[in-house]
Amino acid sequence: MRFLFKTDYDQDIRLAKHSGYYWSYGILLVVVFGAPFLLEGYYIGQMTQLYIMAIAGVGLMLLAGYTGLVSLGHAAFFGIGAYTEAVLTGNGVPLPFLDEPVVFSFFLSIPLAAVFAAIAGVVIGVPVLRLTGIYLAIATFAFAIVIEEVLSRWESVTNGYSGLIVEPLYLGDVELSDGSAFYFLCLGVLLVVILMSLNLLRSPTGRAMMAIRDSEISAQSMGVNLARTKTTAFALSAGITGLAGALFAHKLGFLSPESFTVLQSIELLILVVVGGIGSIHGAIFGAIFVLALPQGLAILKDYLPVEIAETPGMEPFIFGLILVLVIIFEPYGIYGRWLKVKHYFQMFPVYKKATFKRQKAYMKSERLK
Amino acid sequence: MREATLFEFLQLVIGGVSIGCIYALVALGFVLIYKATEVVNFAQGELMMLGAFLAYTFISILGWNYWVGAGAAIVCMFFAGNLIDRIFLRPVLGQPQFSIVMVTIGFGYMARSAAGMVPGWGTETHAISTPFSSEGMQLLPETMGSLVISQTDLSVIVATIIFCAALYAFFTHTRLGVAMQASSQNQLASYYMGIPVKSVFSMIWGISAAVAAAAGILLAPTTLIDTSMGFIGLKAFPAAVLGGFGSIPGAVVGGLIIGIIETLAGFYLPPGFKNVAAYVVLLIVLVVRPQGLFGQKTGKRV
Amino acid sequence: MSLFKAENLAVNFGGVKAVDGVNFEIEQGQCFTIIGPNGAGKTTIFNLISRIYDSTEGKMTFGGQDITTVPPHAIASLGIARTFQNIELFEHASVLQNLLVGRHCHSKTGLFSELAFLPPVRRAELAHREKVEEVIDFLDLQHYRDSLIMNLPYGVRKVVELGRALCTKPKLILLDEPSSGLNVEETQDMAFWIDDIKKDLGITVLMVEHDMGLVSEVSDQVLVLNYGRMLAYGSPQEVQNDPEVIKAYLGE
Repeated sequence: MRFLFKTDYDQDIRLAKHSGYYWSYGILLVVVFGAPFLLEGYYIGQMTQLYIMAIAGVGLMLLAGYTGLVSLGHAAFFGIGAYTEAVLTGNGVPLPFLDEPVVFSFFLSIPLAAVFAAIAGVVIGVPVLRLTGIYLAIATFAFAIVIEEVLSRWESVTNGYSGLIVEPLYLGDVELSDGSAFYFLCLGVLLVVILMSLNLLRSPTGRAMMAIRDSEISAQSMGVNLARTKTTAFALSAGITGLAGALFAHKLGFLSPESFTVLQSIELLILVVVGGIGSIHGAIFGAIFVLALPQGLAILKDYLPVEIAETPGMEPFIFGLILVLVIIFEPYGIYGRWLKVKHYFQMFPVYKKATFKRQKAYMKSERLK
Repeated sequence: MREATLFEFLQLVIGGVSIGCIYALVALGFVLIYKATEVVNFAQGELMMLGAFLAYTFISILGWNYWVGAGAAIVCMFFAGNLIDRIFLRPVLGQPQFSIVMVTIGFGYMARSAAGMVPGWGTETHAISTPFSSEGMQLLPETMGSLVISQTDLSVIVATIIFCAALYAFFTHTRLGVAMQASSQNQLASYYMGIPVKSVFSMIWGISAAVAAAAGILLAPTTLIDTSMGFIGLKAFPAAVLGGFGSIPGAVVGGLIIGIIETLAGFYLPPGFKNVAAYVVLLIVLVVRPQGLFGQKTGKRV
Repeated sequence: MSLFKAENLAVNFGGVKAVDGVNFEIEQGQCFTIIGPNGAGKTTIFNLISRIYDSTEGKMTFGGQDITTVPPHAIASLGIARTFQNIELFEHASVLQNLLVGRHCHSKTGLFSELAFLPPVRRAELAHREKVEEVIDFLDLQHYRDSLIMNLPYGVRKVVELGRALCTKPKLILLDEPSSGLNVEETQDMAFWIDDIKKDLGITVLMVEHDMGLVSEVSDQVLVLNYGRMLAYGSPQEVQNDPEVIKAYLGE
């Protein structure tokens, strides 16, 4: 058990609360930066995928976990980011006042993809600001379906269901969109996104977001501009998810509207819930879960009887089952369980179960009276 | 010529009403559960799919009479709904709404893949042989023009009317129905009044699943049965929102409107609009009149 | 000149007149109390002042400025803070974070500098923290700084909510039933704090309260409402002896 003696207000503001943080996160950083030099190509690819999912997860976490606005349509922002990136770095975009179509370098195209997604976030965010809870979820869901249809029908830009090939990225002679170079690009983006999110959460806007999550009415009375803060949250969340989409475009190399469906949106939401709602850690744990589950099942298949192992549809079943079990037994997800385990060892041998005991709750009506 | 266009339009409306009735039934299931338990059930379409598969098992695999098989499927789904509430929903009672919604999503995943794993159901599409013909019946004398309705469509419309009437009578005239209304309005107060709220919730889930099963059986001749048929349930969201989410007549009217708009959009507008018409309507409704057609405007009290 | 003035204030909810033709003035440094039976429209007046409801008629002025139509989030920066009848704290946040939200109306940092946490943001945060610590000292909340609201007992939550309102550095503080749900000692503490808020911090207090002991202990002026209309207006003693008031409370 560590006791913190606080002597300075800055100690509550700092990201590293005590020296243990330097050790644990330092080791983690060494591991992730060293990984490409030790692992095979396949694993590097998987970890890159993990970072991309984690970026999208952090994006959704800011909205769903911290602002309390649940979006069932984040695949739309993911898709907008991916298609923007593919089009900008593809065969060139005709711009006014320029004779030749312009091919953007990734320095510009990736941020632009995020900006486009953020704009889409504002476009859907502003009209539905008055909505809360399930209505908001349904509105974003409808928006995502409309975007999916646009992606498949706007053939002059997206090439519809035939799909769009994403051109590789180059920095000088090095191909950036593959192998360890791409690994470091995604890792870098993830680290920046996490850092920015943590910064936001310790400053007034982040606190205003959490205030809105817990009580809109008193947030407003404390001077929080609901419309502006919610729009900011939507834009940031959509932008970060779009950023992930842009990286995802290069990871896939080939875009088709089928990659950005409602099921994708739900998968992102599951990532957030299973990982642990309301924490940045949760987004990372969730991404690990979403990626590791199919892998784990594939390994497990070798040990199962053929009849079970060969049944199609086993994976979504387990996926659904885990989701249900997590919500029933561990509402704060993998991160919640992690905290409990950590607490157990810190308090050993005097750990008491009641520390995390949940109170029996009656349904709190979210229906407005 | 103008008459021909008019009849074409009316013909489309008839088709729209028929599909709208299916949406209405699924939306009705949503609304029942939402009204009572404040849970938005994302697995309503999956309940419909399970009901349709059960009917297929009874009628086409076991060779029962259509009516017996359909009835048995509806009854089975009533108990299944009950069981689903007991197993999945009761443990999360009192958690935030969003968590409970995620439970229904998780259940939807499980139901879809479980249906795919059941021997005889699998991932192929199936059909139920029905006593209704898909041939059209003339509604008007030949001299006036052509306006037809198929027996299948008619069966859907009639069944929807019967179900709505039965539910209405149930909620207004039976003890259990009134208890359900009470627990939907104030859970804690209903506990105090001696209403077994948890069992009431299970009953609601049962009824909702039975209605969904009926919708699935009625839909079967039109779209065939497969594991992804549950996605039609998502179309019932616009219907429910349009009607005001908490209103049973609203769900029915909303379903009909969505059905008609979708059919008309599919005919008069370029391809692609048919798929999104319902959702565009939904977005417009949410922005312009979030309480829907029949809902009441509300605000939180402090 | 009075700090706050309500002229002919009225609001209808679908034909029901919740507040009807209410006039009152609050002097700088006063403790002004609104009492009345349940459903008399006391909280409705609070909601009108904090602009959660739009008034159907009438005018409100605060420090000479017309506030009848300002947006609800601008009320805090004008210098009006409030508490709620059924505690509206940020449940999943710590006491410290709750109090810091009270400083929100004074924060001027931009989104992008916050994302990068530039030095000005850090300096502003430290300054906010100092103000918050003053309130923590004032209300003796040192023990609870890092506890989550959902783990706190009701009495402490009530104090935290008062603290959050104080953190906005208001000129006028609206307290909606500050003693409801508190035991005798806690109510006594609350009375001392309200007195201190008035005398030491120089903040004008407007409160809704049922506990007549507390009311006569701290208030200078009392307004009695019944069915949205004004029944009596005066000092606590005057009001308590008013026959109309006795009739409204006890019946005939």
